[in-house]
Amino acid sequence: MAFKVFTSGQQPAIPVEGVTRRNFVNWLGLGWLTFTAAMGACVTAMGRFMMPNVLFEPPMSFKAGLPEEYTIGVVDTRWKARYGVWLVRDESGFYVLSTVCTHLGCTPNWLSADSKFKCPCHGSGFYITGVNFEGPAPRPLERHKISLAEDGQILVDKSKVFQQEKGQWADPEAYLNYVG
Amino acid sequence: MAGKELKPAQIPQRKPSIFRSIYDSQIWQSIFRHGWMDNDRNRALAIITNVVLHLHPVRIRKSGVMLSYTWCMGGLSFFFFLLETVTGVLLMFYYRPTAEYAYVDIVALREHVPLGIFREMHRWGAHAMVIIVWLHMFRVFLTGSYKPPREFNWNIGVILLVFTLLLSFTGYLLPWDQLAIWAVTVGTNMARATPLLGHEGPGAMFLKVGDISLVHAGDDVRFGLLAGRFVGEATLLRFYVLHCVAFPLLAAFLMAVHFWRIRKDGGISGPM
Repeated sequence: MAFKVFTSGQQPAIPVEGVTRRNFVNWLGLGWLTFTAAMGACVTAMGRFMMPNVLFEPPMSFKAGLPEEYTIGVVDTRWKARYGVWLVRDESGFYVLSTVCTHLGCTPNWLSADSKFKCPCHGSGFYITGVNFEGPAPRPLERHKISLAEDGQILVDKSKVFQQEKGQWADPEAYLNYVG
Repeated sequence: MAGKELKPAQIPQRKPSIFRSIYDSQIWQSIFRHGWMDNDRNRALAIITNVVLHLHPVRIRKSGVMLSYTWCMGGLSFFFFLLETVTGVLLMFYYRPTAEYAYVDIVALREHVPLGIFREMHRWGAHAMVIIVWLHMFRVFLTGSYKPPREFNWNIGVILLVFTLLLSFTGYLLPWDQLAIWAVTVGTNMARATPLLGHEGPGAMFLKVGDISLVHAGDDVRFGLLAGRFVGEATLLRFYVLHCVAFPLLAAFLMAVHFWRIRKDGGISGPM
């Protein structure tokens, strides 16, 4: 069959086989709208899929045993690998230090012979209190919330952060008074 | 050539508008390298200078858009390949192909991954794809579309059918449950009977030096497929790589050839 070619001035006003131009454009618009909505739903679903419901990470708070298990003046490294904290006991109690270097986020080591935390990446050094004294680290190590649980164990909550430069180390939750 | 015709200066003068300033911008002009579409030349350029639009044929047979003629089976095969690719990539974000984690991760997709239904879509989509590829072949046979000059494309299609089945087979092992392990054990046992290359296959017994067999259970084609004498963790990793990388890439290349040849062999199915 032959097709008539229309130039811009001669639009076909007569319906072709019962379908008008307006009718066609309306259905085309509806089709594209539906398609766009479906694609939007797919992309939304994919975005949600990428956000897991269940995490296989260590919990943010944990019990760290009884206070008597810790020695005065010793930096305890037993929780470093799993929870990323040091527990330090001094004459009057406990505090928790984050093992994240305040320079670029590496993990420093406790050097008991030199009595300091030393970061292997860029040489930042911190006193046993967590205060920086050498290398590029701009501020002291962060501390976390520490308290005693009902069963007498030390309870560490990493979701709460205390920064020395903001004066937050004075917060009662940042230090656990204990004289054993 | 004919650069002047493409320049925005050729656009009929209209009131300055936001659309006009976007059209005149270097960004728009660098992406869409054709002039205002008020003549046939620029309308054609709009199609052939666009990587997505140029996939559309210049002309279509009336039979090509008749559902009763094509059943849309080729298009649906491709649609399911795309669906499997998208959902498959999503699953790769959660699935680990090791004996320790494979089954756990599949259960996790069902139990607590948000919208883990993507895994069910992948599985049911795979079943649908196998059925539809067979129906596509059936339709091509019924309409006689394998005849010259399309006989080469028929052969490409047969290879694509084999890849569809191989993708289905390799994917079947990945849940790493009892069904998967024993189904693949049974399935790969067929490779024992490969002529010359399988240690129980015809001709293999003659390949020996003195009394020493050259083709045995430790070096035949089944051994290469399983990375061992039985289905184990090495098989899981091997099937995973074949399923996610090797076979999809090969199938995608063959599909490009397949689609290109459809166009070159006289368009979508119909009398020549």
